[in-house]
Amino acid sequence: MGATLSTATTLPGKEVMKTPGMPPSRSRGQVADIVFLWVTRGAAALTLLLLMGIIGSLVVGAWPSIQTFGLKFLWTAEWDPAQDVYGGLVMIYGTLVTSAIALIIAVPVSFGIALFLTELSPRWLKRPLGTAIELLAAIPSIVYGMWGLLIFAPILSKYVQVPLQNAFGSVPVLGALFQGPPVGIGLLSAGIILAIMIIPFIAAVMRDVFEVTPALLKESAYGVGATTWEVVSKVVLPYTKAGVIGGIMLGLGRALGETMAVTFVIGNMNQLSSASLFEPGNSITSTLANEFAEAAPGLHAASLLYLGLVLFFITFLVLALSKLLLMRLKKNEGGRT
Amino acid sequence: MKIPAIKSLLCAAVLVTGSAAAFAQEVTGAGATFPAPLYAKWADAYYKATGVKVNYQSVGSGAGLRQIRGKTVDFGASDMPLTDEELAKDGLVQFPTVIGGVVPVINVKGIETRQLKLTGPVLADIFLGTITKWNDPKIAQLNPGLALPDAQISVVRRADGSGTTFIFTNYLSKVSPDWKAKVGEGTAVNWPAGAGGKGNEGVSAFVQRLPNSIGYVEYAYAKQNKMPYALLQNAAGNFVAPDDDTFAAAAAGADWSKTFYQILTNQAGKDAWPITGATFIMMHKAQDKPAQGAASLRFFDWAYANGDKMATELDYVPMPPAVEASIRKSWGAIQADGKPVFVAK
Repeated sequence: MGATLSTATTLPGKEVMKTPGMPPSRSRGQVADIVFLWVTRGAAALTLLLLMGIIGSLVVGAWPSIQTFGLKFLWTAEWDPAQDVYGGLVMIYGTLVTSAIALIIAVPVSFGIALFLTELSPRWLKRPLGTAIELLAAIPSIVYGMWGLLIFAPILSKYVQVPLQNAFGSVPVLGALFQGPPVGIGLLSAGIILAIMIIPFIAAVMRDVFEVTPALLKESAYGVGATTWEVVSKVVLPYTKAGVIGGIMLGLGRALGETMAVTFVIGNMNQLSSASLFEPGNSITSTLANEFAEAAPGLHAASLLYLGLVLFFITFLVLALSKLLLMRLKKNEGGRT
Repeated sequence: MKIPAIKSLLCAAVLVTGSAAAFAQEVTGAGATFPAPLYAKWADAYYKATGVKVNYQSVGSGAGLRQIRGKTVDFGASDMPLTDEELAKDGLVQFPTVIGGVVPVINVKGIETRQLKLTGPVLADIFLGTITKWNDPKIAQLNPGLALPDAQISVVRRADGSGTTFIFTNYLSKVSPDWKAKVGEGTAVNWPAGAGGKGNEGVSAFVQRLPNSIGYVEYAYAKQNKMPYALLQNAAGNFVAPDDDTFAAAAAGADWSKTFYQILTNQAGKDAWPITGATFIMMHKAQDKPAQGAASLRFFDWAYANGDKMATELDYVPMPPAVEASIRKSWGAIQADGKPVFVAK
């Protein structure tokens, strides 16, 4: 059997092509190959060109603001269109904080969902549950936003914010996070809505990668008496960590860039008065969506584009960090074996 | 020479199919969202009457101005008038179409619509965050008979840039030196307090949901959603309620004869609603495509003549007839090859 396999694989096109009668098809094949190569090359080049074009136009558009405010833009909090003074700290802070809240909630929940679906769920439940989670990802973000504002915010204010305030309000450092009026609109609500939005993405990727863990490895672990948690933490996770991190990054990317849902519940407040998560804040994308249509040409529009550029770099940084993390994990792997 | 040609073309177009008519004449405009429902209604009626399509994109005043400067549309629309210098710089003319008002809407338990009385400076202090409670002496003094709750005021305002915000902050700047110094006026400002909702609907959703809140929306929006609103003291010292008559009173007080750059906030008339504003159309003085310019003007000519009822149905206030006449006269400045592209009858 091994012999037939090897002959099959060592019987490449070359020898076949040498046989008489084949040349026409060979040249046709070659042409097709060349065309295919250039089409794919073109697609790749187009992506790069588009990326460069977008960066280029962002820089050009933001240039007046970059010239006026420089890097100071990143840590000044004043955003005053009437006086033409702009600083992006409130939006940058809001984007990072809401995305962080989203990840803190979404990662464990998605992990639980994926784990349940691959290891623990009864067979009849797997399909419907998996589909339901994928369907969550198909809901348009504006629907999340309206649902968040009209239905979720009142519930959050009554059953989450008030109890949190009662429990931690007087604790020195932690309490500062829960000050202010519990109206259900602000950084915390935006973070939670984002978490709900990115859970399906992270869960779907995690489930897919958990499923590719060879049954042989898992069965062996169960065979030597490992518990489900031991199998997951010692076998499944190490085997799939690249995919898991990829899934988390996909979710984070979406959280950073989400616009409409955030605009509805974040409160759109360009002031940084306290560390409280209950206070209304603003995010980069929400500011862009709100102000771009009415922004006067000049510094206001340029500063909005500057914000867009900053978001671009944040996303780039996140991507680079995740690649770095993966590389380090790979290295350690090599060291262990 | 060109106008008769267009007219015959138009007649021909009306005679043939609708799509051919649309191809022959299609006017595009873009800008302010506030008059968009009215322009859409006018356009629909105009299409039925003449077969000419008017395509209006409600993209926001700022974007509308960008588009008319870039000449990608035949007319731009803005809630914020340009000064005469700005118009001259860009070679534009502007004229007002309709008038509307901005009203402070409230959600306070036990206070019905038109019960609460406010003055401009008190309203400014509330939006500045210096008056924080409903039973503040400054509010109580104006409303001796009302049971005002001992509760925090939740301030709600627009998050997106908007002509409504411009009219509102322009008024507050006029009546409160504090507001003028700390915040100023514009389509978007650096709000010192409160949460921002997106659009009139976002603000009204916030106000209806948050107890003890105050916000501001277009009058039509407050009326259609039956939101309680407050009375305001006008420049003459009277407390007035927002409605068509008080808006018209504000418009009548302005002197439209020299320039259409009129901001109708804090007008002197004894019945004038203090937060009133007109919405404007901008067109290029020198028309590269005279046919398009003429078609746009013909549309507005028709709208001034036939559109008043539609405007009042949608809670806008039409321009006074005298102003409409001087608007028609001002169109003489819109020219191609040294001749007006359209002469109103």
